[in-house]
This record gives sequence, structure tokens and C-alpha cells, in this order.
Amino acid sequence: MAIEFKLPEVSDGVKTVDIAEIKVKPGDVITAGQAVMDLETEKAVVELECPHAGTVAKVHVTAGQTVAIGAPLLSIEAGATSAAPTAAPPSTAPAKAAVAIPVAQPVVAPKVAAPTAAPSTQSAAPDTRPPAPAGPATRRLARDLGVDLHQVTGTGPGGRITQEDVQSYVKNILEGRASAPTGGAIATPPLPDFSQFGPVERQAQGKIAKVSATNLSMAWQTIPHVTQHDLIDITDLEEARKRFGESLGKNGPKVTMTAIVMKALVPVLKAFPHVNASLDAAKGELVLKRYYHFGCAVDTPNGLLVPVVKNVDQKSIVQIATDLADLAARAREKKLKPDEMSGATFTVTNLGGIGGTGFTPIVNWPEVAILGLSRGRTELKLHGGAVTERLMLPLSLSYDHRVINGADGARFVVKLGQLLSDFFTLLAEV
Amino acid sequence: MSQHAEIVVIGAGPGGYPAAFAAADHGKKVVLVNEEKEPGGVCLQRGCIPSKALLHVAKLIHEAADAAEHGLTFGKPKIDLDKLRAFKNGVIGQLTGGINGLCKARGVTLVNARATFASSNTLNLAKADGTTEQMTFDKAILASGSSPAMPPMFAIGDPRVMDSTGALALEDIPKKLLVIGGGYIGLEMGCVYAALGSEVTVVEALPVILAAADRDLVRPLQKRLETQFKAIHVNTKVLSLTATKAGIVVEMQGEGLEPKQTFDRVLVSVGRKPNSRNLGLENTKVQVDEKGFVKIDRCCRTADPNILAIGDVAGEPMLAHKATREAKVAIEALVGEPAEFDNIAIPAVVFTDPELAWCGLTETEAKAQERDVKVIRFAWAASGRAQSLGRTEGLTKLIVENKTERILGVGIVGVGAGELISEGVLAVETAAVARDLADSIHPHPTLSETLMEAAEAFIGQATHMYRPAR
Repeated sequence: MAIEFKLPEVSDGVKTVDIAEIKVKPGDVITAGQAVMDLETEKAVVELECPHAGTVAKVHVTAGQTVAIGAPLLSIEAGATSAAPTAAPPSTAPAKAAVAIPVAQPVVAPKVAAPTAAPSTQSAAPDTRPPAPAGPATRRLARDLGVDLHQVTGTGPGGRITQEDVQSYVKNILEGRASAPTGGAIATPPLPDFSQFGPVERQAQGKIAKVSATNLSMAWQTIPHVTQHDLIDITDLEEARKRFGESLGKNGPKVTMTAIVMKALVPVLKAFPHVNASLDAAKGELVLKRYYHFGCAVDTPNGLLVPVVKNVDQKSIVQIATDLADLAARAREKKLKPDEMSGATFTVTNLGGIGGTGFTPIVNWPEVAILGLSRGRTELKLHGGAVTERLMLPLSLSYDHRVINGADGARFVVKLGQLLSDFFTLLAEV
Repeated sequence: MSQHAEIVVIGAGPGGYPAAFAAADHGKKVVLVNEEKEPGGVCLQRGCIPSKALLHVAKLIHEAADAAEHGLTFGKPKIDLDKLRAFKNGVIGQLTGGINGLCKARGVTLVNARATFASSNTLNLAKADGTTEQMTFDKAILASGSSPAMPPMFAIGDPRVMDSTGALALEDIPKKLLVIGGGYIGLEMGCVYAALGSEVTVVEALPVILAAADRDLVRPLQKRLETQFKAIHVNTKVLSLTATKAGIVVEMQGEGLEPKQTFDRVLVSVGRKPNSRNLGLENTKVQVDEKGFVKIDRCCRTADPNILAIGDVAGEPMLAHKATREAKVAIEALVGEPAEFDNIAIPAVVFTDPELAWCGLTETEAKAQERDVKVIRFAWAASGRAQSLGRTEGLTKLIVENKTERILGVGIVGVGAGELISEGVLAVETAAVARDLADSIHPHPTLSETLMEAAEAFIGQATHMYRPAR
């Protein structure tokens, strides 16, 4: 008897996945728990384990295909030796992806009205919503004005949307009477035909890029951002870091500034617990987190990913550095598991390797603050009465002004700066 | 010699020529390239139009015969095949001339050549006289259409095995005709030949004929076809065709039929395939899916920024009226108007007798999608007009959403269903509710009243249909 192996829930809120790679073919004998395919979710490539053992009779999907949760993936003939006629799964574990997902889903945004995306023949997600109840002329008007008809309340019989409904919807938004669709604003108006100005090429956005775009615009539109900048003297710290790195030898872990800053953030966040928090605006409550998981933005060929170093407070700087190196490498290979990209309480983004004197990072919702590091630069300073060359690290802390007031934002950065410039204090506090 | 077109349209069928006209109407310099000498495409030359001319004659034959029951007896019809063919060709000629005239009036240059893409902005034009020219373009609209599918096992190289083109050529009236494929083309051509006197057998591999339509709509049609045809065999596979002097020997596998039969002619109507090969698309960025359809977005744009595609070559359903709508969308989108192919109701019509037509959601789809709908069936026996025509087997059906009372789908079987469905299209496309249909005055006595009465029945009771309260 053949078992249908269907696509299990891979992650909260994920309704479809792309099949990245199929590792089995008809005729293959597989064991329970064997990885049978790689799935590309909105966040990363996930290995999918099949809980059934037997012979693959049929593969129902092809690489590159987008499939919904519950869609059949494989038909598996129970092994000939299987005594159980009903081919019960060998373990009690339900079919599951190789990873379990914690409840919190920091990178998944709430429903944001998708702006009318520029058409793309590639993987443009098909609109599965039933058509909005409006005649062709009304639909055309809506397209012209960039209105998502599903956001418009129809006043006609059966909720039919009239041209007047579309006009008053736009009017209300312009006059600020109606709030724009949840988290979003008015849908982006249609693009002009750029080919009239010169040759253009259309490139489909990858899933990661699309999700980042949605999340970033949601965060930008809902969070009142303030960025606090400072320059921290890390001359001594950097010297010590180099010395320590040499002592570890060539094959030792690379202790990066990011790892040290992460460690230094723990006592600062303990001193300012509302920065290690989330805002539940609906309930008017602050969710203070008693754990210290830090996201670290990684630039990958597929787009921006934010893997998370867990329990930073319980790890040594060397351990953090090792974790960071491992996570970053796997992020670039698309090998991160979803639970390695969720649960962050605070995020660090280091552009120092590239350059720049400062920037304003966007808070990684539902966190309330993010720390940006730029390239350290040498400056002449009065130090002990003499003009000396000092290495200065630019810090940029963007925060949610609804949660953190300006004075606390400044205090936070000052305290972090003290820990980094006089690292005995760091030793004393950790 | 090399030339340049602002917009070049490839294929002058019901997608291509409306696209060329629309572009010209927007002030563009348009070249319409057509491989055949005459414009019109499959639709006009060997599809919709000629088949309708023949079906009209077939219907006359049946009506004359049926009239005996109403006290009017004609003699046995005499069929002058040459004259019938001339009538059909005359219709084609008239319409072809019309397209040529409209091209001229709009300043569209019609070029008789086979076009292949040399690049994303250059076409090679192979002319009938063997010469080749190059043409550069700003934008190209690909409307190359589709061709009848002829599986290799049926392609035995005998003219007695025909596709729809061969069947429409009307070489002779075979004594015994086998139609392989119970889709709309097979049934329409079967109707024509049956009326002309052929003994028609239809075989269909699927368990039902006209698989896309709701069964209750197919039933009255199938009942009547069974009286016109010798047999309709479903769940039946054709294993082989062999040409012999006596005819085409056909081996079949299915229940309750002679497994080996000889036919004078065989019509293969198992579907159509898009014409996307040998067009040089590999020299462009155009992408083609695994079925051979060019991939397009809702503005008919392909993956190549210079090339748009419309009609059969750009995807299902392969229907002329879909192509014509896409033509308008493509050109309007090209000139920056907010057009998109966002149509909800694409009508499907089977021009048999009775006709079968539907649009929007079918009952089967509504069930599969678990939509909360009520299905209203209004039997034509209650229509005065149907009674006076002597054709009461018809049925008008509405799929109405319970919560909003919105009409999501309309299905009609009966005389003139192809004309009647347009009101259904308007209703579905404009999100009309049952009350809109019920409260609009429909002329009496007409078959269109069945739509109004079906809507009345959704709201409460229809004048001519009483359903006791449950």
C-alpha cells in the first residue's frame, strides 16, 4: 500500500514553499527520517525529512515548483518486509520538517497589503483571492489609481464596489480619514514604461528579497525610528583583540568586533530591559524578554538574512565568535534552518568590513532596537595630555521611539561605549 | 532590404489582427505578418467560422426533419456538396476581404511571410517566393496560434485520417465516420457529418464527453446526439489505425463495442497545441512552459521586454474571444493605459444542436472550492418560447453565492445558448446579484427570460416555476 507523503507545516505562517532540490527518485529505498528534499521557504533552505520508510513509487513535484502545505510530495510503497499492513509511520513523530519553529516569528511580518507588484513572468505569487466584486470599468479605475480593490468596501448590492466607492476610498486616504491597509500604505502606483527611456531588463525578485522588502517597509512605516550616533574609542580593545587572536593561532576562531559587541550588549540590555523587548501596541503592553538572543545581519548572494546567536549571556566571546562564523557561512550556503533565524531580541549589523561613517539601520520588528557598526577610523585625540592616534568605532543605534525615549537611547549608547573603550568595566559587569 | 516597424504583430488570427488594429488606432506604425496568404487565422480560415457555416446547414436539415411533427413535411434534402463548400468558402472570403479592407483603412501593412525571431528586436521574414528579409521592431506581439494535435500513432499518412482542417475541407461525405475525441471540435464536426448523412461514431478516452462542462448541462445534449450519432463510446481507447483499401481499420478498446471496425474516414480531434516552435524564440528571452505555451503576465508581457504574446500560443483556454481580449490588453498596456487581463468570465460555447455554453464558475468548480452557493436550475419546459420552438430540452442554470447573492456562474444548454450566455458573462463580469437579473425586464417571449426566471427562483419563486417550500 502506498503512503502519500504530503508537505507538512514547515514553519508558522508559511503557506507555500519552493522545492529547491529533490534528493530521491522513483525506485529509491528510503529510511524513516531520511532527508528527501530541500525546501526553500521565505527564509532559507530547509531539509525535509520523510518519516516513512519504503520505496519511492512516485515523485509528485519537480524542483523549482511552488507547493502548498498539504500537497502530495511522494508516494511511498511500504517496504516488502513491512509487517504492518497499514504501513504505520515507524515512529510516533508526526511528519515534520527537520526543524521545529518557536512560536515567535520575528522576520515574518503581519499581513501587509501587497502593492500591485510589477508583473513578472517568473514566480510572481498568484493572487489566490477570489476576484473583488467590481465591474471591469471599476477594476480599471482601481488599477489606474493603484488601489487594491480588496481593501475597498463596496456599497452596492452584495458588496459590489462601484467607481464611486473607489473614488471615496482614495479621497478618504488622502484626507487621512481612513487608515491605509494594515501595515502598508496606498499600493504603489503602476510603473511607467521605462523602455521608452532606454533598454531595461526585468528580473524576478527572489523569495528572500520579497519577504525582506515586505518586512522592511512594514517596520519603516509602523515604527517611529530615531538613530543615535556615537564614536567609541576602541584603541585598547582592538589591540587586545589582535593580541588574543594571534595567541589563538591561525586555526583558532576569529574573534570579531561583532562578537565582542554582542557580549558587551548583554549588561547594557540588562540595565535597559525595555530595549530587550517587544511592543504589544494592541494591548498597550511591553513584552520584556529574559533571554538574550541576538540577530546578526548577513549579506548573502540571495539577499539579507538575519541568523540568531542564542543565549549570548551564557556564552563566552570565543563561543559567540564561533557561532557567528558558523551561522554566517551557512547563511551564504542557504543552509540555515528556520529556528536559527527566529527568536532574536536585538540585532547587530556590522558594515565595518565595507566602509562608511554611519548609517540608520531599520529596526528588525518585533524587536525595538538595532545596533549598526561602521568602519573604525583613526583620529587624533588628546590622550593623557598628548595628541595620539586613536581608533574610533562609529555606533548607530536605531530604536523604536514609542518604547525608548531619546535620553535612554543616548544613555544606552554611552554605556555600551564605556564598556568597549574601557574593557575592564566589561570584565567587571559580565 | 531591411525595414523597421514600431509594432510588428505575428499572426493575423483573432488575436493578431485586433492587436494590429488597436495598435494602429493608437497611432502606431504597424506591420502585420501572416504566414498564410489570407488573414484570419485558424478561426476564420479553418475553425470557428467555416464550422459555423456548416453547422447552420446541419441545423436546417434537422429542423426541416423535425417540422414533420408540427405538420410541415419536406422532401429528403438533396445535398450539393460543391455548393455547400462554396457557401462556406464564400463566408470565409467575405470576412477575409473585410480584414484586408480594415488593414488598408487603418494603414496596417500586411506582409505575407513566415516570421522567425533572429533576436529580441529583429525578425527574419521568409516570403512565399523564397526570398528572405529582415525587419527590426520596437515591440512584437506574438499571436502565432495553435494547431490540431496529431499524436504520432494516428499520423499514418493517409488523407482519410483527418484533423479538423481536413474535416472542414469537406472532400466527401463518408458513409462511416469515426471521431476520436469527444471534445467540442469532435462533437461539432460529428454533428455536421451526421446531418449530411454520415454514420458517426465518437470515441472518448475519458469517462465523459465535454469533460469541462457540468454533467446536467451535457445530458440533454448527449441525449440528442445519441439519436444523431451511431454511438458515443466513452472510456474507450483507440489502439491503432490501419489504412486498407476498404477503409481505415480501427482497433479500439472499450466496453460494449466491436473492437475492430472499418471507417471511411477518421477525424482526430484530441486537442490543440500551441505554435511556439520554430519561431526562433530561443534567440529571445521569451520563456515557454512545459506544455509549449509562452509564459506571459497579466499584461501579456513575456520575459522579453520587447515581446508580448496573446491568444492560443500564450495559454489556455485556446479560444478566439480570449485572444481578442488579450489583443486589447496587450496594446493598451503597451501604450501605458491601465489594462490587465483580469477577466472573470471567459465564456465557453459548444455549437452543437442544442448548444451548450457556460461562463464563470461551474457547479463542479464551486463544489471543489467549497463555495457557499445555491444552484438554480430553470428547465426550459416552463418557457413559452422554448415550447413554441418545439425545443424544451434546454436548461438554464445559475450558480449564486448565498451570502452576497452574487452570480458567480451561468450555464445554459439549449437552442441559442451561445447567444444567451453573453448576458451571463455581463452578470458575472460586473458582479451582478440575482436581484439585478430578476428585476431587469426581459423581452417576452424569448429564451432570455429563463435567466430572469432562474434569478427569481433564487430570491423566491419564479413566475413559471413553483417549488413548494421545504
